[in-house]
Amino acid sequence: MPDPLLSVRDFSVVYDVDPPVAAVKNVSLELERGEILGLAGESGCGKTTLAYGIQRLLKAPAVITGGSVLFHDAEAGDIDVNALGAEQMRRFRWDKVSMVFQGAMNALNPVATVGSQLEDVFEVHRPDMGRRQRRAAAAELLEIVKVGEQRARSYPHELSGGMRQRVMIAMALALRPQLMVMDEPTTALDVLVQREILRQISQLREEFGFSVIFITHDLPLLLEISDRIAIMREGEIVEVASAERIWNAPQDEYTRTLLTSFPRLTGEKGVLAR
Amino acid sequence: MTTLEVRRITKVYNVRGAGQLTALDDISFTLNSGQTIGLVGQSGSGKSTIAKILTQLEKPTRGEVLLDGSPIPRRGRGLRSYRQQLRMVFQDPFASLNPYHSIRYHLERPLRLDDVVPAAEIDAEVRRLLEKVRLDPDAVIDRRPHELSGGQRQRIAIARALASRPQILVADEPVSMLDVSIRLGVLNLLADLQREEGLGVLYITHDLATARHFSDEIIVLNQGRIVEHGTADDVILRPQDPYTQELRAASPDPERFFATTTGGAR
Amino acid sequence: MTAVEPQLPTFEDEGSADAVVAGTTATRAVAGRSRIPWRFLGGRAAFYVFTLWAALTINFFLPRLMKGDAVTQYLARNRDISPEAADALRALLGLDTDKSLWQQYLDYWGMLLHGDLGVSLLHGLRPVTEVIGQALPWTVGLVGLATIISFAIGTIGGAFIGWRRGSKLDVFIPVTTFLSTIPYFWLGLLAIAVFSVNLKWFPIGKAYGVGMTPGWNLDFIGQVIHHGTLPLLTIVIASLGGWMLGMRNMMLTVLDEDYITVAQAKGMPSRRVLWGYAARNAVLPQIQSFALSIGFIVGGTIVMEMVFSYPGVGKLLLDATNAKDYALMQGVFLVITLSVLVANILADIAYAFLDPRTRQTEA
Repeated sequence: MPDPLLSVRDFSVVYDVDPPVAAVKNVSLELERGEILGLAGESGCGKTTLAYGIQRLLKAPAVITGGSVLFHDAEAGDIDVNALGAEQMRRFRWDKVSMVFQGAMNALNPVATVGSQLEDVFEVHRPDMGRRQRRAAAAELLEIVKVGEQRARSYPHELSGGMRQRVMIAMALALRPQLMVMDEPTTALDVLVQREILRQISQLREEFGFSVIFITHDLPLLLEISDRIAIMREGEIVEVASAERIWNAPQDEYTRTLLTSFPRLTGEKGVLAR
Repeated sequence: MTTLEVRRITKVYNVRGAGQLTALDDISFTLNSGQTIGLVGQSGSGKSTIAKILTQLEKPTRGEVLLDGSPIPRRGRGLRSYRQQLRMVFQDPFASLNPYHSIRYHLERPLRLDDVVPAAEIDAEVRRLLEKVRLDPDAVIDRRPHELSGGQRQRIAIARALASRPQILVADEPVSMLDVSIRLGVLNLLADLQREEGLGVLYITHDLATARHFSDEIIVLNQGRIVEHGTADDVILRPQDPYTQELRAASPDPERFFATTTGGAR
Repeated sequence: MTAVEPQLPTFEDEGSADAVVAGTTATRAVAGRSRIPWRFLGGRAAFYVFTLWAALTINFFLPRLMKGDAVTQYLARNRDISPEAADALRALLGLDTDKSLWQQYLDYWGMLLHGDLGVSLLHGLRPVTEVIGQALPWTVGLVGLATIISFAIGTIGGAFIGWRRGSKLDVFIPVTTFLSTIPYFWLGLLAIAVFSVNLKWFPIGKAYGVGMTPGWNLDFIGQVIHHGTLPLLTIVIASLGGWMLGMRNMMLTVLDEDYITVAQAKGMPSRRVLWGYAARNAVLPQIQSFALSIGFIVGGTIVMEMVFSYPGVGKLLLDATNAKDYALMQGVFLVITLSVLVANILADIAYAFLDPRTRQTEA
C-alpha cells in the first residue's frame, strides 16, 4: 500500500547566470513514509540543488522554474510547499522537514554553545515552552545521539567531527520531523565513525519513523543503507529502483558506469558491478 | 632496482600546553621498485606524517629513511639527488598547480632544474610526459590549470612527478578529491605507469577498497602504529588485527551485504 | 574523502575500538566556565609588561636624541625657576650629563613612579601632568564619543546593508566613503561656514564660551554640548564610511557560511539570523578595530582642534613641538603610548570574550 510522504512532480531549477544553467530538469519523485531514499550522483548532477529546492532553501541565482512539491502531512493533509507564504514556510521548516548538513567546520554557529543552538529551535517553534523545558529537551536530544548532555555548554570547535555531526542530527530531530534530508552527512568522517553514525540514523528511524533522503556520491554506502536509490545525472533522475535492483540489475548505462567506479572490497579483484 | 627502507621511524610533536603527541611510533617497512604498497589509515593515523617525512618536509624524531642502503643526505647535492628519486603526488589537484602558469611551464621546470634532458629536447620531453599520462599534448600544453578538469589536473601532477624520472612515487590520497567516475581512471593510470616505469609506489589512502585493488602489500596504520602488514588479499580478506577487522566491517561492501542479508535488516 | 580535521595532531580517540563503542570523544579542551580568558591573558601579560617597559625606555631616550638647545637657553634666561624644578627638568631631559646614563635612567623611573613628568616651559612651568590633565578630558570626551557613535551607526548600518545585499541601501556605502575622503579641515570649515556663520546655529569654536569657568553646572554643560556638536558631527561623518564598509564586507563573507543556511533551514526568523548568527560573527574584527582606534583617540585629531580651536591634546602637542617644550612632548607621547597599549589589551580581552575559539589557542 503506497503511503507517499512527498510527491515531487516535474520539478525544475535553473541558475539564472549567463548562460543559464539548468540544474534540475523536470524531476519527478515519490517518497514513501518511513523510507530511506538514497540520492546518488557526482558533483554537479543536481542532487543538492534538488534537495534544497524542495525545501525552498535555494539562494539566488537559483530559481525554481516549474513543478510542484506536495507534502502529505500525517495530520494536516496535503501541503503545497511552493505555495506557502514566508511565515508559513518558516513554520513548516524544521517542524515537518529538517536537514542534516555536512557537519564539518562551518555548519554550526562558532560563537554559540551547542546547547543554545538546540534550544533556539524550541524558542522559535515551540513558544509555549519555558526555559527549563527547553534546556531539558536539548539535554534529552544530546543524550539520544550519545553526545551526552554535559556537552550542552561546549562550543562547536571543542567537539570532534563525529560529535558535531551527531549534534547536527540531534538538531534535525528536535521537532520530530517526518522527513530528514541528509546532505553528505558522513563524507568528511572516518569510516569507523561513519558506520556508527549510520547505525544511529537507522536506529532513530526505527524509533521515530521519519523518512530520509540521503544524498551522497558514495554508492556502495547507499546500497547498504537505502530502501531505494535514485541516480541523478545532469539534473535528471536516470534511474530509481530498490537498492537490490540497482545492484543486481542496473538498467541505465550511467548507473552501470557509476557502479564500476567503485572497486570491490572483498570478492574477486575487479570493479564493483558485474 | 631501488629500495626505499623506512627504519624504525618515530615522530613526536610537542603540543604547547598539552604535552606530547606521538604521530608515528616505530614504523618500519621496505618498498621496492616495481611494487605498490598501500598505506591505509584514518585521520590521525599518521599516514600524512609519513609522507612528509619521506619528502623531507619533516624530520623524524628517531629512526631513519634509507634509499638503496644509504641514509638521506641532509643537504647539498645528495639531498637534491634524493629529491629527484622520490616524488610526491598530492591530494588536491586544485592547490598543487600554480594557477598563474601554463602546463608547459609546470612540466618544463623540473626538467630544467634537474637537467633531465638537454635544453633542445625539453619541448619533446614535455610532450612525451603528457602522452604518458594519456593527455593530448596539443590540447593542454598551453592551458592554465583552471581551464582543466580535476582529473586532468591530477594527471598533470603525475606527469610533473615523473619528469625527473624518479624511482619512488608517493601518492597521498591522489583521488579523494576527484569525481567518482574519474577516480578509477587515474588509479589505473598510476598502476600502468608503475608497471611501465618500474616505479615503487606508496599509495596512501583511507579507502580499503582501492588499496586492495591497487596494492601488492597493505600496511594498516592505527594512531601511529603499524597494526597489520601483509599482502593485499591477506590483509583485507583474512585480517588478523582487531582494528583491521573493524575497518573492514565498517567499510561499505555491497557484495557481501547482498550476499548475506535478504536486503531487509540494515 | 578524508576528514577535514587539521593535520596537526589532535587528541581524538576516534580510531580506537573503545571509543567507537562508547561514542566518539571530543578534543581535550574543557568547556570553560568563565568567559574571561584568564589563561590566555596571563600568557599575554608578560608581553604587555615588556611592551610597556620598552615604550617607556624609548620615551626616556627620545629627548636625548634631540638637541637640548632650547632648554639650556631657557634655563640660562630664566633664573627664577626653582632649583628642584630645574634639576627635575634636567633629569627628565637628560641634561644632567654629569650623571651616568644608567643613573639618569633610574632617576627617570623614579620620577615616573612618582607621577612627576616635569614642568612645561610653554605653560609657565606648570607641571606637565596638570597641563595634560586639563586637555585630555576634552579630547577623550569629544573624540571618544564621536568614535563610539560612528562605530555604532556604522556597524549597525553596515550589518543591515550587508543583510540586504543588492538593495537600494547599498547606496549608503559609496556615499559614506565619499564623505570620508573629503579632507577633514575642509569639512570642518564648511560646517562652520554653513552652520555657524550663516545659520548661526552653533558657535564658531572652542569648547565653551569665552569667559566661562568650567564647573559642573547645567549652564556649563549646556555650553559644552553646544560647542561640541559641530566637531562631533563632522568627525562622525568623516569616519562613518570606514566602519560601515568594514562591517558590510564582513557580513557578506559571513552570510556565505554554512551555518547561516542552517539557521534559515531551522526556520529562524530573519531578524534572529541577522543579529544572532550573522552580525554576531561579523562584528568580531570590527571590535578589534574599534579597540585599537580607542588608542588613537588620545592622540586627538589635530586638524579638528585647529579648525574648531578645541583645547585638546592634539593642539597641545603641536604647540609643544613648535616651542620645543620637550617635557610636555615627552609627557604627551607617554600618555599616547600608554593608551594605545591599554587599547591593545582591551582589544585582546574583547576578542577573546566574544570569540570562544581564541580562548583555547595560546598566544
